[in-house]
Amino acid sequence: MRDVIRKYHLGPLIGLVILFLVLSVLSGQFLTFGNLRNVALQTSVNMLLAVGMTFVILTAGIDLSVGSTVAVSSAIGAGLMVAHVNIWLSALIALIIGAAAGLLNGVFVAYVGLAPFIVTLGTMTLYRGITEIYTQGTPIFNLPSAFATLGTGQVAGVPIPVILTLVIVVVAWLVLHRSVTGRRIYAVGGNEEVAHLAGVPVKRYLLLVYVISGLLAALAGLVLTSRLGTAEPTAGTGYELDAITAVVLGGTSLFGGEGTLVGTVIGAAILGVIDNGLNIMNVNSFWQDAVKGAIILVAIMLDRKKPASR
Amino acid sequence: MSVLEMKGISKSFGPVRVLQNVNLRLESGEVLALLGENGAGKSTLMKILTGVYKMDEGEILIDGQPVKIDGVQHSREMGIEIIHQELSLFGNLSIAENFLIGHEEKYKRALGFIDYKQLHEDARSALHRVRLNKATDVLIKELGVGEQQLVEIARALQSQVRFLVMDEPTAALTEVETERLFELIQDLKAHGVGVVYISHRMEELFKVADTVEILRDGNEVGTRTIAEAQERELISLMVGREMENRYPRVETTPGDVLLQVKDMSTHRVKGVNLEVRRGEIVGLGGLMGAGRTEVARGIAGVDRVTGGEVRFKDGLCHFRNPQDAIQSGMVLVTEDRKGEGLVLPFTTRENLALPTLDARKLLGLVNRKQERSFAADVIRQLRIKVSSPEQTVGSLSGGNQQKVVLGKWLAHNPDLFILDEPTRGVDVGAKQEIYQLMNDLVAQGKGILMISSDLPELLGMCDRIYVMYQGTTQGEVANDTLNQEDFMTLATGGTL
Repeated sequence: MRDVIRKYHLGPLIGLVILFLVLSVLSGQFLTFGNLRNVALQTSVNMLLAVGMTFVILTAGIDLSVGSTVAVSSAIGAGLMVAHVNIWLSALIALIIGAAAGLLNGVFVAYVGLAPFIVTLGTMTLYRGITEIYTQGTPIFNLPSAFATLGTGQVAGVPIPVILTLVIVVVAWLVLHRSVTGRRIYAVGGNEEVAHLAGVPVKRYLLLVYVISGLLAALAGLVLTSRLGTAEPTAGTGYELDAITAVVLGGTSLFGGEGTLVGTVIGAAILGVIDNGLNIMNVNSFWQDAVKGAIILVAIMLDRKKPASR
Repeated sequence: MSVLEMKGISKSFGPVRVLQNVNLRLESGEVLALLGENGAGKSTLMKILTGVYKMDEGEILIDGQPVKIDGVQHSREMGIEIIHQELSLFGNLSIAENFLIGHEEKYKRALGFIDYKQLHEDARSALHRVRLNKATDVLIKELGVGEQQLVEIARALQSQVRFLVMDEPTAALTEVETERLFELIQDLKAHGVGVVYISHRMEELFKVADTVEILRDGNEVGTRTIAEAQERELISLMVGREMENRYPRVETTPGDVLLQVKDMSTHRVKGVNLEVRRGEIVGLGGLMGAGRTEVARGIAGVDRVTGGEVRFKDGLCHFRNPQDAIQSGMVLVTEDRKGEGLVLPFTTRENLALPTLDARKLLGLVNRKQERSFAADVIRQLRIKVSSPEQTVGSLSGGNQQKVVLGKWLAHNPDLFILDEPTRGVDVGAKQEIYQLMNDLVAQGKGILMISSDLPELLGMCDRIYVMYQGTTQGEVANDTLNQEDFMTLATGGTL
C-alpha cells in the first residue's frame, strides 16, 4: 500500500482531496464553478513558476531568482508597451529577457561551477536591482488594453491564463516524462558523474533547466502584469519560495533525480486551495500564514519517504 | 580463553527467510572464515551478533552463558566489534575524532569538554598497534582507502575487544596492504582475539583462517577446518553446484591492434605505453594508487591527455570528453558502481537505457516499448536477478548491479571495453557469469582492457598484463610467462 502511494504520488493527491472535502463541508461557496475557476486563475502564476522550478530541482539545483525575473522581464516588457512598441514584440522581448536571466544563472552553475543556491541568491538581488533602476521605483501602468486579454480574457468561460498554464504543463510533462531530454535531466540529477560517463553532455542540460525556469518566470510575469494592468517594481517578491514549496509538496527531492511534474501540479494546487479556503472562510489574515505553514508541514510529513526510525 | 556460540539462529524480513537455524562457534585466538555468495546471510548473521538486528529465534552464548544482545552499544560492551564492508568513518573528522565518536563517555570531562590530550594519546597507541604511521589530527578524507581500513581496525581495537568481525576487509586493499592486514590478524590471534572473517577471495581464507563455515541461502551447509578444506569443495558448497574452473579463459587469436597508447601522460600519469588487440583481454595491474584508473580515464576522455598519443582503431585521437570516446566505440565501465556507474534512483530499465537513449528516440521522445523489450533482453541475457525491470537498482545485490553497469553498454556495441574492477564485491557465481560475458565479447572480436586488484583474476583471465608503478607502465607480463613473482617485482618498481 505504501509503495503504491509512493509510486503514483498519491500522498499529495490524497492531501488535496482531503482539503477539497473539508472545505466543501465548511463552506458552501467553495465547491462552485466560479470559485474553482478563481482558484485555477490565482494558481496559474505560481504553477508556471513551479513547473520551471521542477526542472531545476530535478537536477539538484534551486532557482531563487524567479521572483526577480518575473519583475525584471515584465517591467521591461511593460515599459516597451507604454512606449508604443508592438505588444507582441514587447512580450517576446520580455520572454527573451527571462530566458537570458536563466541563461546567466545556468552559465554560473554549469560552466563556472558555483553552487546554484549562491548563484541565484546573487542574481535574485541583481535582477531586482535592475528592475528598480529601470522603473526608478515607480509602477508602470496605462498598458495597452489589448494586452489585458492575456490575463483577463476567457475562452468558453475558462480564463486564458488557466488554458495557457495547462498547455505549458502538458508540454513540460511530455518533455520530462516522455522525451530523451527529460530522461537525461533525471540522470544528471540522479548522478551527475554517471551521466557524464554515459555520454550525457551534463553542462548543457544544467544550462537548459535554468533557461527553462527563466523563460517560464517571464511568462508568469506577463500573465501577472496583464491581470493587474500594471508592472510593479516589487512584483514577484517571495514567489520563488511559493514555487519551491509547490515542488517539494509534490514529492520532488531537493537532492535531485526524483519527483514528477504531476506532483508539482498537485503541490501548486494544494497551495492555491489553502489560500482560497482561508479567504472564503474569512480566516483572520494574521492567522493565514501560520495556518498555511502548519498545513504544509503536515502534508510534507505525510509524504515523507522513510520512517525516521527503524 | 572464551568461546562465542550462536545457536539455531533464524531471521526473516517480512515473508523472506534470510537465516534458518544457523550455528556458529568461535574460540579466542581462532579465525573463522564465513563463506557464502551475496545474499547467503553472512552479513545478516553478523548484524545479529553485533546488535544491529534482532533474531527471531535462537540464542547467543559467551563462555556457555546465554547473553541477550540489545543494541550495538551493548554488543560492544561485551567485547564484540565489527568492521563493516563499507567504511564507516567520518571523512570530515580527524583520525582522533573518529575514535571519539561512540566512546564519548570515556573522554568527557567537566562541563562536557573533551579530553583531547587523552584522546590523541589513545589514538596514537592504537595506530601504533596497526602500524599506521600517521599523525592523529589528519583528516580521514586525506587517507587512502587502505589506510582508512587500518584506522577502522585500530578504532575497533580501542575497546577491550574479544571477538572481532571483519566484513570483506580486503575488498579495497592492495596486495601489500592485504599482507599487512594478515600480519595484524596473526597479532590479534596471539592476543587471544577471536576473528570472524568474511571474504570472497578464496586464496585469503587459506592464508588466514583456521576454520571455514559455509552458508547458502540462509542455511549452514558445512564447516571445515582449513586443513581438510578443499577449494573445489568449498566453492561447490557455496554455490550449490560443481564449478569446473574459476577462470574460464578461452584461447583466442588476437586480431588487429585496436588501441595503442604511446607515452601518454595526463595530470596524474606519465609515460604510459600499452596496446590492446581485437580478441584480447589485456590486464592493467599494480598497487592501489599506481594510476590504473587514471590511465583508463585518460584513454576514455574523462581526464585530459597532456602528452604522447592515443590511437584507437585507425585514427589518432585524444577524446575531449566521454561522449567522443563512446561515439567512436570505446566505453569505460567504472570501478565505483554507486558513484560512477549507476543512477541509484533510476529503475533497472532506465539505467540500462541511459547510454543509448539517442539510438531509440523518436522525434525526441523515448521509445518506451522498444526500451522495455531491450531491458528485458539484457536482463535475460545477463541473467540479472530482478523482480521486474522496474525495480530500482539501489535494491539489487552487488553482482547484479555490476551486470546492469555492463549491460547498459552492450546495446551500444562498442569495440573496446575498459573494465575497471569489474568483479569487486561480486560473489563467485556472478563472477563466473561476468567472465563468461568477457569471453563472449572477445570471441566477437572486441577488445577488453581490464583493471583489477585481484591478482589471481588477472593471471587467470588475461592474455597479457601491463603493470603500473607510480603513475607509469612499469612493464608487461606476457601470457606464457604470467606469474605472481614477476608481477610483484614490476608492481613494486623493479624490472624484469
